[in-house]
Formats: sequence, C-alpha cells, structure tokens
Amino acid sequence: MSETKTETSLKGVKNLAALTGNEAVAQALRQINPDVIAAYPITPATEIVQIFSTYVSDGLVNTEFVAVESEHSAMSATIGASAAGARAMTATSSQGLALMWEMLYIASGLRRPIVMPVVNRALSSPINIHCDHSDTMGARDAGWLHIFSEDAQEAYDNTIQAIRISEHPDIQLPTMVTMDGFIISHGMEVVKMLDDDVVRDFVGTYKPDTYLLDVDKPVTMGGLDFTDFYFEHRRQLAEPMEAAPGVVKQIGEEYGKLTGRKFGLYEGYMLDDADYVMVLLGSTAGTAKTIIPELRAKGIKAGLLKLRMFRPFPYDEVAGLLAGRKAVAVMDRSDGLAGLGGPLFGEIRSALYEAKQRPPLADYVYGLGGRDCGPAQLMQVFEDMQKMAVTGAAANRVNYLGVRE
Amino acid sequence: MASLKELSKKPALFTGGHRACTGCSAPIVARMLFMAADTPLVVGSATGCLEVTTTLFPYTSWDTPFLHSAFENSAASISGVEAAYRSLKKQGKYDKDVRFVAFGGDGGTYDIGLQSLSGAMERGHRMLYICYNNEAYMNTGIQRSSATMFGADTTTTPVGREGRGKKQFEKDLTAILVAHGVPYVAQGSPSYWNDLITKMQKALNTDGPSFINVLAPCRLGWAFPPEDTIEMGRLAANTCAWPLYEVVDGQYKITYKPREKQPVSEYLKKQTKYRHMFRPGNEAMIEAYQAHVDEKWERLLKLAGEPVPDKA
Amino acid sequence: MSKMIEIRWHGRGGQGAKTAALLFADACLGAGMYIQAFPEYGPERTGAPVASYNRISGEPITIHSAVESPSVVVILDPTLIGAVDVMKGLPQDGVVLVNTNETTEEMGKKLGLNGQKLFVLDASTISKETIGRDIPNTPMLGALVGATGMVDFDSMIEDTEAKLKKKFRNKPEVIAGNVQAIRQAYETVKAQHA
Repeated sequence: MSETKTETSLKGVKNLAALTGNEAVAQALRQINPDVIAAYPITPATEIVQIFSTYVSDGLVNTEFVAVESEHSAMSATIGASAAGARAMTATSSQGLALMWEMLYIASGLRRPIVMPVVNRALSSPINIHCDHSDTMGARDAGWLHIFSEDAQEAYDNTIQAIRISEHPDIQLPTMVTMDGFIISHGMEVVKMLDDDVVRDFVGTYKPDTYLLDVDKPVTMGGLDFTDFYFEHRRQLAEPMEAAPGVVKQIGEEYGKLTGRKFGLYEGYMLDDADYVMVLLGSTAGTAKTIIPELRAKGIKAGLLKLRMFRPFPYDEVAGLLAGRKAVAVMDRSDGLAGLGGPLFGEIRSALYEAKQRPPLADYVYGLGGRDCGPAQLMQVFEDMQKMAVTGAAANRVNYLGVRE
Repeated sequence: MASLKELSKKPALFTGGHRACTGCSAPIVARMLFMAADTPLVVGSATGCLEVTTTLFPYTSWDTPFLHSAFENSAASISGVEAAYRSLKKQGKYDKDVRFVAFGGDGGTYDIGLQSLSGAMERGHRMLYICYNNEAYMNTGIQRSSATMFGADTTTTPVGREGRGKKQFEKDLTAILVAHGVPYVAQGSPSYWNDLITKMQKALNTDGPSFINVLAPCRLGWAFPPEDTIEMGRLAANTCAWPLYEVVDGQYKITYKPREKQPVSEYLKKQTKYRHMFRPGNEAMIEAYQAHVDEKWERLLKLAGEPVPDKA
Repeated sequence: MSKMIEIRWHGRGGQGAKTAALLFADACLGAGMYIQAFPEYGPERTGAPVASYNRISGEPITIHSAVESPSVVVILDPTLIGAVDVMKGLPQDGVVLVNTNETTEEMGKKLGLNGQKLFVLDASTISKETIGRDIPNTPMLGALVGATGMVDFDSMIEDTEAKLKKKFRNKPEVIAGNVQAIRQAYETVKAQHA
C-alpha cells in the first residue's frame, strides 16, 4: 500500500471532481442552464432535480424550475415550455418514465428537442428501486434518441452532447440519456468537468424556427390528422432517425476535440481481433473491462462491444463488428418477455440477418432489479462463448444469469 | 362592462370554418375569449370536441398560437408555456406582453385532467383555465362524467329496464377551485355574453391563476334543437341549475339572479337525456333534482351574503 | 499505488457510513487517486445496519459490481459484530478497524481474527469530546489513514476540512471539532502499528 505515482495519476489535473452520477448530471444541467426544468422526484433520479433546485435557489442558473405534481405533468409542461420557445428539460426514472409514456410519443411527434436524463431502474411489480433497463427499453419505440452511459463521466458528457444532438436542425427530436440506478446515480467516481463557459459555448443558444411565443406568426401545434396526413407525418419522423448516427458522430468528434473524450455510436474494448464478443449497455461494460485483460492474458481473445446509442440502433455498424466472430453473447438488463430474450438480443439478431458469417449467438438476461453482476458471472458467459464456438451454436438461445431457478 | 360596438371591432382570432356541430356552444366561448383579451393569447386545449373540430390538419381555426398535446394535461402544458414565458422574460430574451389560456371539456377538467389542473393552479401560474362543461364526454359519444347531472341518460348510464340514468349528482368543481385559493374563480354561460366576457377580462387581468367554469349546452348530447343553445343556457341560469357567480380572492358574488326562479323541470324537459324522468313513476327523480338545485342555490346565496328566501 | 484497494464500512443508519466513504474518496482524489464510493441501498432507516464501500486505485476504476472481498473493513458500531458478518470476504492479510472501548485482544477474540491486522479506537468518545456528539465517522476516517497510510495525512485533512466547510457553511463551529477528531484518531491508530 505504498504511494506510487503512476502515469495515470490525477494529481494536478484540472476540474476534477468526486461526483455521483446524479451530481455529475446536475452539474451538467447547471452548465447547460436551460430556460425551464419541470420535474417530479423519483428514486433514484430525485437528487438530479433536488441538487438543481439548490442552483436555482442560489441564483446560479436562469432556469424556471416547475415543481409539477406528477411525471405526466413534468413531460407535459416540458413539452409546453419547449413549444413556447424555451430550452426545456426534465429528468426521471422507472415508474416516472412509465407515467410519462403517453407524452414521450407526443414529445417526438411534436419534434421537441427535449433532453431528459433517465436513471435506469426496474419497473414494478414487485416494486424495486434498483437498476435494470426495463424502464427506458419500454420507451424504445417512442421516437426518442436513446443514449446509454457507462459511468458518471459519460452521463455528464452525454447530457451535454445530447443538447446539441437534439437541437440539430436535421434531428429536432428528444433524447434520453441514461445511467444505471444506484450503481452510477449514487456511486461516486472521478469526473472531469468542463469549465462553465466551455459548456455554454458548446451548447450555444437555443434558437427555434417556430415557437408559440412568436405571437406575430401564430402556429397551431398538435393538430388532428386524419387518414390523409397521419402517415406522412409519422413517416417524417423516420428521417431524423436516419440522420441521427451521422450527427451523433459529428458532435461526438467535436466534443472529443474539446475534451479529449471522443464519442461515437459504440465503444469497442479489445474488440478488433476478438473471437468472443460480449455486447453490453451501461455500467456492466466497465466490469467487463476488468476481466477481458485477464482472459487475454490466458490467450483467450475476449472483447467488448459497448453500445452507446440504442436509438437509433446502429444496425450496420453492429453487423460489421459482430459478423465472423467465433461467438457473441448479448447482455440484456431487461427481459423483453417477447418469447425470445431481451430487447437488445432482438436488435442484435436483426442486425446480423444479412451478415454472411453469422456468429453463434446467445442472450443473457442479467441484473434485474439491481441483482449484482460481477466478474464471476461475466467469466461464465465467456466460458459459454468458448463452448458455443466449438459446437457452432448456443446451448440455450436465452439464458438467465445469476438467478435462482 | 363590454360594449357590443367595441367588441365587434376586435379581430376574430377564432375563425369560422371549424367542424363543430351546428349549435355547439364551445366555439362561442372561444370567440368571446378573444373579445375579452387585450393582449396576444397563447391558447392550449385538452383533447376533446373543441380541439378536434378546430385543428384538423392542414386547417386551423386559431389565428393565435395554439397547443394541443393530450387529454389530461391542458393545464400542465400551458403551465409549461407560461414558465417558458417567465423564464425568457426574466432573462431579457422576450419582451411582449402575452396571456395564457388552457381549455378543457368537463372530461379533461373534472375527471382525467383534475390532477394536472390542481397542480397548475396550486403552483400559481398566471394562466386562465376555461372548462367548457357540456356535462358528459361528448367527443367520444356522450359518456357520463363527474359533471354529468343526476338522472341523465348517457351512453354509459343508459336508461333501460332497470337503469334510470346517472345515479350521482355532479361534482362541484368550481368549489374545488375556490378551495385551491385561486384568486379568480367564476361560473359563466355563453348565454350571458356580457357577464362571461367581463369575467374573462377579470380573469386575464388577474396576476395569478384563474378559472372559469362555463356551461356549454350540447345539442347532441343533451338532445335539443341546435337553435336553442342560448336558450338552454338561459334556462339553466333561470332555474339556478347553473348559477352565474364569481369568487374573487375567496369572496363570492352572484353575477346573475333570475327575477323569478323557475322550476328545474322547465330546463329538464327540453333535454331528451331527462325524458325518462317525466314518465309516470319517476316523479321522485325530478323532485330530487329540484331539491339538489335548491340546496346548492341556498348555499351559494349564503356564501355570497345574500338573503335566503323562506322555504314555501 | 496501482493495486486497487477495496474498503467496506459498517455502521448503522445515521452514523455516517455513507458520508465517511464519500469523504474518504474525495480525500483520495485530492491525493491524485482514482476513487469510487457507494452505499448499499435498502429500505433501512435510522439505526438499521448499513454498509458503504470504497475503491481506491492509482489506475482508472471501471468495475461496477459489488465489493466482495475488501482488504479493509471499518466498523463504526461494535454492536453490529455478531449481528452482521463484518468479516465476510476479508482476506487473511486484511485490515479491520473498530470503534470500541475494548482492547485489541478482547476485540480480536470477538471478531475471530484469522491473521487479519486489527486496530481499535474509541471513536465515539473522541467524537463526543471534540465534536460534542457521538458521530464516529469522521474520526474513523483519520483512523483509516493511520492504519493504511493510503493517503498523505496532511493533504487528507486539508481536503476533508475544505469539504466540511462546504457542507457546514452555516455551522463553522463543527469543522474545528471534526478536524481535531480526525487528528486524534489518526494518532491513536498510528501508535498501534507494530
């Protein structure tokens, strides 16, 4: 336990802070300084708006904070504020997101560039406050961009970038930025923050073309479509989703130049030459990064594909990255109850449909309701992958990891 | 007090060509709103008759900024618009003087939107909420609401071999809003244009939340000839089934008192939804209805500090 | 320090096990180390057994699963011994610190040591004398540094003071007491090094 300085020492690094995920996101919100935040508390996302309220109380932000009476009203008021011409945000989790569900579709249908941090938490019943991804997976077809974060740093970085992504003229869609409940939201880690003015300049000022407060150019938002227009309007929603990967990459590059932390649609860890690839979302990717070097040391070519974007789903990239591998394991932190594994599994299988060399593929539903997923469980999955490579197929297409049967 | 001559000069920012039923009272209320306003308005509406008949893409009846998002959240949506206005003004990013109005039918206000309305009013947003109360879910085909009056024949309280219409009396939403401490609360009717426009003006000039519950006779759901809309509102007021009053900072004031209170049967018999109550054997229903109206009227008189007439 | 150290804090709700982990992480970050601090969450309220954790390393920490075999265990409340498996996962070369007025020998027997190094101190009395209340978490912070030498004591106390100043900006009198408590605990434990 001697104090040895390594190359990675943080001594003297600027703007370092020991922050929980919630604190980091609250700081990002302070630096973004939105015009309106309307929110309702829910464990484990409560702290985000609670901390933000102290910024409002201390006069550190210009934001009107609307302490609404429910998440449904939170999203409704956020949509209203955004439609009025303001940069408007909210934050939630789990049941709160479920209560917003109706409004999520309306936010995207009205092309509101709302950014919403979501702390991933299991859905009732049974009631459970801990992490899994069931909540945001339920909103996967709501027309929102959906960005997963591995740690507090990424939650901070993604929240800032999401403003630019959502407000991009080619996108104009809402974005949810997620982090894992408690594991990240309440876990303190090192976060490299940006200076306030750097964030302010990066996100810029929100300048909508059409907005309700532009009373000289009155506009009706949210009108009724019959069979003659609804389809066309919904078809138009698919276009920004097609444009989104390019925009996400472009803004991720720009952010990388600013911070040294470049972002794309995914992160590969020891992926290039990997035979056995684990596909993950969120904080467990970090745990996988601790065992992959151990496997490599034993001569097992293990690798990780961590997806950052879940919506739009990077089908082509995923297909390119996974085709030809000896085995692939998909890790689902929610159960699709679709009859064939979780939502990520469905997407990965779909992505690989046209691949010439489809790898043996298995799904692992893990970590529901905050069930710990540690190195031993992930090791087991890599062992399974090695068997799959030999037999050419998974023993079970869908596996439940770390559950008492 | 508005003068008709002056009102006629105001631009009609709620325009014709909408798809409301003939004789519908909701568009009348919307037109009156713009007569009452001296500033630009941003208007929102809950899903319902008013919204679906006035915003059919690519047309709109609203020559003013208009927002619809969902059914139960008209108040929350407009509270967000108002918060944006306050934020942008505070930051010096916006300099116009604008008022905010949310519409909802009785479904969107009394029932599914009550929580959202309560929240917005309690938070004190400077916004006017207008409930156009046609006493049932008319947009979906005349289902009962908590505003539906006793005995009414609706599609979910149908009169049948056993059923005699709605079993419950209506909820007193206006009192609920008064209990919120909302500084300006009123009941109005399109049949009394001067009374209603004056109330709308007072509401829009209130530095805080305001609420007007407007009776909106529905020729379809109540089943009366379309040309009788205004007459129905008059009967409602003259029988005291729908009294007109305002509550300013908690002080009640009756703004219209019938010269002679008419029996409620005069009002009921014009509406097919109460037809069964006039059948032999159902007399008690009309009596119960009358007793309910009398009790409410007396309570209102007391609240307004008016003399309560001796019971006959 | 490139090897990662894992620490488990045991306390009862209200004793500040979570805060201690957060403060310690912050102090370690001040010393240029990578850190994690996270509590174990449940429905527990004041008085119920709670745990919190630290990971400290000279390298970036990416692991996001539970701490299963900590190298250090800090026990804020000795009444937990027997009720909670406080020694769970602690290897033979591990370190255990206990807030107790018992001797090392007595406590060692109670814990059923199996080679682990034990430090004892009466942090409750220290905190009562210095802070005026029985909140053993800050003195145990000093004890942890005294026992492990993971961070430079002076920089740690400087950092903690700054953090406390932020937290107790309306109660400056609390800060001096806390700093004194940390120092006293540090000295007590330092003297126990064989």
